[in-house]
Amino acid sequence: MSIKKPSLYATATAAVLALTLSACGTSPGGGGASDGAYDRDATVNIGSLYEPQNLDNTAGGGQGVTEALNGNVYEGLFKLTDDGEVEKLLAQDHKVSGDGLTYTFTLRDNVTFHSGKKLTSQDVEYSLKKVIAKDSQSARKSNLDVIESIATPDARTVKVRLSKKSISFVYNLSYVWIINSEAENLKTSEDGTGPYQLKKWTRGSALSLDRFPGYWGDAAANKQVVFRYFKDATALNNALLTNAVDIVTSGQSPDALDQFENNPNYKVSDGDSTTKLLLAFNDKAKPFTDVRVRQAVSAAIDDEKLLESVWGGRGKLIGSMVPPTDPWYEDLTAIDAYDTERARRLLADAGYEDGFDFTLDTPNYDPHPTAATLIKSQLAKVGINVKINTITSDEWYTKVYKNRAFTATLQEHVNDRDLVWYGNPDFYWGYDDKQVTRWVEQAEQASTTAEQTELLKKVNRKTAEDAASEWLYLYPQIVVASSELSGYPRNGLNSQFHAYDIKKG
Amino acid sequence: MARYLLRRFAFLLVSLALACVVLFVLLRMLPGDPANALTAVGATDEQIAAARHSIGSDKPLPEQFAHWIGQLAQGDLGTSFVSSLPVGPEITARLQVTIPLTLAAFALAILIAVPAGFLAAYRRGTWYGALLSGVSQLGIAIPVFWLGMILIAVFALNTGWLPAGGFPPDGWSQPGEAIRSLTLPVLTIALVMSASLIRYVRSATLDVLGSDYLRTARALGSSFAGAMWRHGLRNAAVPVISVLGIELASTLLGAVVVESVFALPGLGSMLATGIEQHDYPVIQGVLFVSTLAVLLIGFAADLVQRIIDPRLRGGLSGGIR
Repeated sequence: MSIKKPSLYATATAAVLALTLSACGTSPGGGGASDGAYDRDATVNIGSLYEPQNLDNTAGGGQGVTEALNGNVYEGLFKLTDDGEVEKLLAQDHKVSGDGLTYTFTLRDNVTFHSGKKLTSQDVEYSLKKVIAKDSQSARKSNLDVIESIATPDARTVKVRLSKKSISFVYNLSYVWIINSEAENLKTSEDGTGPYQLKKWTRGSALSLDRFPGYWGDAAANKQVVFRYFKDATALNNALLTNAVDIVTSGQSPDALDQFENNPNYKVSDGDSTTKLLLAFNDKAKPFTDVRVRQAVSAAIDDEKLLESVWGGRGKLIGSMVPPTDPWYEDLTAIDAYDTERARRLLADAGYEDGFDFTLDTPNYDPHPTAATLIKSQLAKVGINVKINTITSDEWYTKVYKNRAFTATLQEHVNDRDLVWYGNPDFYWGYDDKQVTRWVEQAEQASTTAEQTELLKKVNRKTAEDAASEWLYLYPQIVVASSELSGYPRNGLNSQFHAYDIKKG
Repeated sequence: MARYLLRRFAFLLVSLALACVVLFVLLRMLPGDPANALTAVGATDEQIAAARHSIGSDKPLPEQFAHWIGQLAQGDLGTSFVSSLPVGPEITARLQVTIPLTLAAFALAILIAVPAGFLAAYRRGTWYGALLSGVSQLGIAIPVFWLGMILIAVFALNTGWLPAGGFPPDGWSQPGEAIRSLTLPVLTIALVMSASLIRYVRSATLDVLGSDYLRTARALGSSFAGAMWRHGLRNAAVPVISVLGIELASTLLGAVVVESVFALPGLGSMLATGIEQHDYPVIQGVLFVSTLAVLLIGFAADLVQRIIDPRLRGGLSGGIR
């Protein structure tokens, strides 16, 4: 789903459909500028703050396992490219029946697992069932619960029958790893079909992947990648400065960027982000049950100033949950734009001439505490007194997410296409609008993407007008790499980090 | 002495058993759900229940406790909730960082602190005696992470002599790399540790220098060095050893800050990650091993003190006069 999985430090991953790059015109980063000579036997060291918890993405592997293994070790029937396109991967072909309920997939021939076994439809059936199993912890389980039955007429054909139409089905399949149905100990070992196989995972330190010689597609452009794990963003930056790592996946703070920006040994790229910082109201808790109060808070916060203070001018303003890279984006920043006069009027209309007090549950890691302090000072100008309650990510998860025992909170939401959560009245923020719920359902069952887009645009506008949440800003997506490197992902969509095109030298 | 050893050992076992109970109970009193680490944020109630079931945290507490003790009795520290890896081997791997780090830092700290503390006391009237005292006082005030960052800036970022952090994934099979990785962390811990040790050594030495027995020994014709060697050192060592024991024990897990600054996969960071993820088997395993280590260090310190100072041989506990 969408929220940053409670973990150590902040920062994003993300993006969809190439949009204009901002700021750093210096470096094209991804795509690879130098097509010249490169070292085919290079080892690429990747610095990251997100160590996998275990190696199974249906058993709580977390963000780190997606980053390290998605596309590198495990492949799906489809893949989500760094530009947010869904492309065929292990599926050579697929057909959808007229009623939109039966999907027939033809598998690529001559694909073998790292263990040497040939890929068959049995493995696909096993892998799909693993994701929707009762004990599955996959974030996509609820989306894929529409699967009614799976049939395997022959070794290369898989027929999936859905209980209702789901236009995102193929998109969701890009999250399903195809695993050898006979593999064991998947939390600590692997058996996928990807361009790399797991060499060694040293907990607390590093995870190394070696080029898989039997790969069905184009061999990886480097011989080995090593993910090196850090707990501390400064230590991560130091590793980059001393060439202990070649690239960092995330975790950049604006203060640290200066040392790389004016240094010819490094390239800084600013990709497309989908990570949004939200001041999420509990729409079921007073005073935020009143739409005027929510609008007043939104109008009283100067998002631009906030973005400037936290990111020094990087990042973008957003007027809703939808980032510019989602297909249903519209610029809605004009709704509840910064206007303290209007905020005061709205408060008066709602019966809060003298303002009110509320508690803001604030995760204790960057950028939340900084943002909370700025919001407090801005809301004080319209008479609203914010009590900042700092909590750990774990407390957040229990208190806010599970128990809904909060009035308002700050949280970063990482994934693309996560507007649809406003259609779920049981979601933590308690937004409950029957019309929106219906639109979201209809959008999922739409026959064409145009129809889906149209409906979700309505959802977008409605939630923005209702100030369902206060969307503070869209993060920048910064990747810093050694200038020896090319071909790396710039956007890191949904925490993925495909390493096979990275060229060194 | 044999009787003492026996009693002291029994005391150690009882402490360890008590520690196990306290550890287990306190952990369960912490807010938060160990299933949180495994569930994705969109998890349904069904998924949460499945996660709890898979790690056994839905079982009654006495059953969980009995299970843990049963495993311990067989020398098995259990399996991590989160990674599904056995805890014992991971602790062993982490100790390959923590033990060399702690011992080397400890040895270096003693090498610095004993002569410096002695000089600070013996030459307290001179400018360098005062300087040593002053520096050690300043050293106590310096936060360990700050010193670490300064050392990184000087020896890694500016000169490139040593790595800024990390530990070779293959560990001690790359001994050169491993030693280079540990150099700055060892220096950081040793400098901070020696700052406080200097003060203990200094005050212990001052006690000895002002003592009657030293004056008497001198009056009986001993040289200063001889009197110091035969009588002074032994007496000064007793309180210092108490402090050393405590310092050594606290460094074992207290190195967590240094491990974070230098990105070292040690025991401290294993504990920190375990706590963050509510990974009870990991937390219990690390704390069990470290409690055992602390008790053994205390045992050893007591023993050494008794060997040095016969007057202590009567009582069960205690060390400082």
